Amino acid sequence: MKENLYNYILGIADNSLILGQRMGELCGHGPSLETDIACTNISLDLFGQVRSYFQYAAKIAGDNRTEDDIAMLRKEREYKNVLLVEQPNTNFAYTIGRQFLFDVYHLAFLSELQNSQDLTLSAIANKCIKEVSYHERFSSDWVKRLGDGTEESNQKMQDAINDLWTYTDELFHQTEADKMMVSEGIGVDVTKLKDGFYERVNTLLAEANLQIPESKWFQKGGKEGIHTEHLGYLLSELQYMQRTYPNMEW
Amino acid sequence: MSKKNWPLWEIFVRSKNGLEHRHVGSLHAADSEMALENARDVYTRRNEGVSIWVVESINITASNPENNGELFEPAHDKVYRHPTFYDLPDEVKHM
Repeated sequence: MKENLYNYILGIADNSLILGQRMGELCGHGPSLETDIACTNISLDLFGQVRSYFQYAAKIAGDNRTEDDIAMLRKEREYKNVLLVEQPNTNFAYTIGRQFLFDVYHLAFLSELQNSQDLTLSAIANKCIKEVSYHERFSSDWVKRLGDGTEESNQKMQDAINDLWTYTDELFHQTEADKMMVSEGIGVDVTKLKDGFYERVNTLLAEANLQIPESKWFQKGGKEGIHTEHLGYLLSELQYMQRTYPNMEW
Repeated sequence: MSKKNWPLWEIFVRSKNGLEHRHVGSLHAADSEMALENARDVYTRRNEGVSIWVVESINITASNPENNGELFEPAHDKVYRHPTFYDLPDEVKHM
């Protein structure tokens, strides 16, 4: 089995899986019918992407594991998503802030992944990028609306950006699998996406009448499986059915 | 908590090129840009459209149902206004 490629794919897909679950939590709980549907749509887009990645990963694994096993039956430390995407829906500003920061990264990442030497990954990236362009449009639009809205919405958006800022740097860290895949022309060198990310984010924050956080202290660990306390709760909900009724199917 | 609703918008979707935009429903949005995005999510997520129009509902002038008598009933007994009294050649289809 190609261990590095397998881990590399999980590193990409887990971000979409965990963020998809977070957005899915808003199904029936969004602030308005329209935003509720929009958030759930984003969730479904992300789950669709996850299926493509995990189906490929299951094929590479070459044993009997399925996409569902990979999604549902790992333990917390085996999930490789960045800390940013597991942060909770504290309020709508946090939901939008988390989505915006991830979308800017995700769009730049997929844009590069399209050039991967691995044809399956480049095809998945090519298919996903249109969806993610829309996600970025939706979330950046809402950052501007809340940031440049009322005094209260501005404050809430600012608080969310300030709190989430500490999770941005990790997006550009490389794992061992990342480095191997970059050297083989398969993976994306995320360290090269960093400047463009902060440039785009900072421009939009200024446009949204928001302050760019000055903190230079960043959290890390998600990519290595060391998560914040929020992931365990999320996983217990995500995995409940498969843990309680093993091999259950719809 | 006081809850002020956003204005109501009427949504028109063109299902494919060559067809007209048809009214599909309405939704709430703060402005026209948000109305377009909301319409995209609410009404075209199952591949229903290639183009969207949004019109704020307040801008639509509607006929009053009380006037239906004078507006529409005079047409009821004037069947000759329908072009159904012509013999169509067999070659003409879809009429």
